[in-house]
Amino acid sequence: MALADGEGAPAAGRFFAFTRFRYESVVALAGLAVVWQIASLFVPHFLFPSVPEIATRLVEIFTSWNSLLDMLATSGRILAGLGGAFVFGTLLAIPMARSPSLARYAYPLLNFNQGIPALSWVVIAIIWFRGIEFRIFFIMVMTTLPAFTFQVLDAYRAMSKDLFEMTLSFRPTRFDLLRTLIWPTVLPGMLTAWKVNLGNASRVVVVAELVGATGGVGYELLQQQQVFDMAGAIAWTLVLVIFVLVVQGVITLIETRALRYRAIAEHAL
Amino acid sequence: MSNTPLEILFERVSKSFSRPGGGPAFEAVRDLSFSVGRGELVAILGKTGCGKSTTFNLISGLIRPSAGRVAVQGHDPYADFAWFRGKIGIVFQNDRLMPWRTAIENVALGLELNKVPPAQRLEIAASWLARLGLSGHANDYPHALSGGMRQRVSVARAFAGKPDILLCDEPFSALDEHTGNALRQEFRNLLQETGATSIFITHSIDEALWFSARLMVFERPARIAYETTLAPETSEADRAAVRDRIRKVLSGEG
Repeated sequence: MALADGEGAPAAGRFFAFTRFRYESVVALAGLAVVWQIASLFVPHFLFPSVPEIATRLVEIFTSWNSLLDMLATSGRILAGLGGAFVFGTLLAIPMARSPSLARYAYPLLNFNQGIPALSWVVIAIIWFRGIEFRIFFIMVMTTLPAFTFQVLDAYRAMSKDLFEMTLSFRPTRFDLLRTLIWPTVLPGMLTAWKVNLGNASRVVVVAELVGATGGVGYELLQQQQVFDMAGAIAWTLVLVIFVLVVQGVITLIETRALRYRAIAEHAL
Repeated sequence: MSNTPLEILFERVSKSFSRPGGGPAFEAVRDLSFSVGRGELVAILGKTGCGKSTTFNLISGLIRPSAGRVAVQGHDPYADFAWFRGKIGIVFQNDRLMPWRTAIENVALGLELNKVPPAQRLEIAASWLARLGLSGHANDYPHALSGGMRQRVSVARAFAGKPDILLCDEPFSALDEHTGNALRQEFRNLLQETGATSIFITHSIDEALWFSARLMVFERPARIAYETTLAPETSEADRAAVRDRIRKVLSGEG
């Protein structure tokens, strides 16, 4: 091996970076729990329920079949919405990247869409559509599509002209060009878009469920608000946070595997 | 001009590029005519910006001429794009390796795009890596290789598909002298072995004389300012005279 950028002990470096990250995360979250628990000793119970009480509610959610169904419904809606936005966003981004004139028309529309609040899409979806699931899917797609389009578009445009010409010199078919050059080029941008959009999607889905669904985390949050159950509200919020963290972890694993070719600078360890 | 069958033909070729934001077009190639016979090795010399690389891109079919005709093996390399699959190999100035592919996968790229079965292409790629002294680096990603190693991988990639025509655009200019010299020798051996028709673009007179018997010197916009063919028995004195003449042409005195 010669002249590697940051080569040497990448596996060990990654391991220590990972464990340090986990250690710091645990400390930060434990600190938050301690502060909350102390606050619960001095503030009325209905405002700051104790940490054990929240933990109990969380366990109840994970051990109740109906609660699990709500959790799965919300997870499914997030993933379906993101999947739809990813597919439509990519299908829009590729022709935009290849046709500057199309991009000139599509950009203002995407920017216009960016300015529309998620709640407005909720109202529009309720007026336009009857089915609850399609309403939520529509809201998710409309709110997260521009980010996917912009990310894929940027990644495509950042594609190396040198690599493009080199690949063309072998006379690939369109599919082969997509498979061997375009896909690996835009993949990092796509994974970033998934990570960024996941947080947005989890917020939007709760708003959508809060207003128009009869199940899911948003619906359950509404129930907790109506009975003024703070422990339940926090427990359901934690369910969503856990889901986001798990999916983020899965994306990170995919990223680690798919982008393993990248050099790691020692300073980043 | 060679007596062997015609492989590359330029007939009064011109190429201009429009400038972003308007303005007069930039003329890179003007009324350029030449031909190259099958198996011939031609070195093209010229100063930076004289249109060597544009000529190179015209031969490889990456761009089309504004006027005139380019024919490679009797076909238009731009219009008959797919017809040339597997027929042209290119060694670029920089290695142009795909960072997400290992060395062996980079070498196998052309074979893969030419639909060679996976096991066969990996075997061919491995043999080319071994040939270029990179056996132990087959599964390394480009970032883990030195500049010289990366360029060797790119040379292996160009040769692996056994192309009829090999285009080399200053392949050693980015390497240090020692690495460049070592690779240059290997490269010449490979060219002689494969017998591919080769166009070798360089801005080094010595490199051009060392690689090729036929030399074309370009002036800006790309057109032939001087052309000569040296016989193997050409004396050192005559070679020195040619070197001197090329130097004068390049400096605008000749």
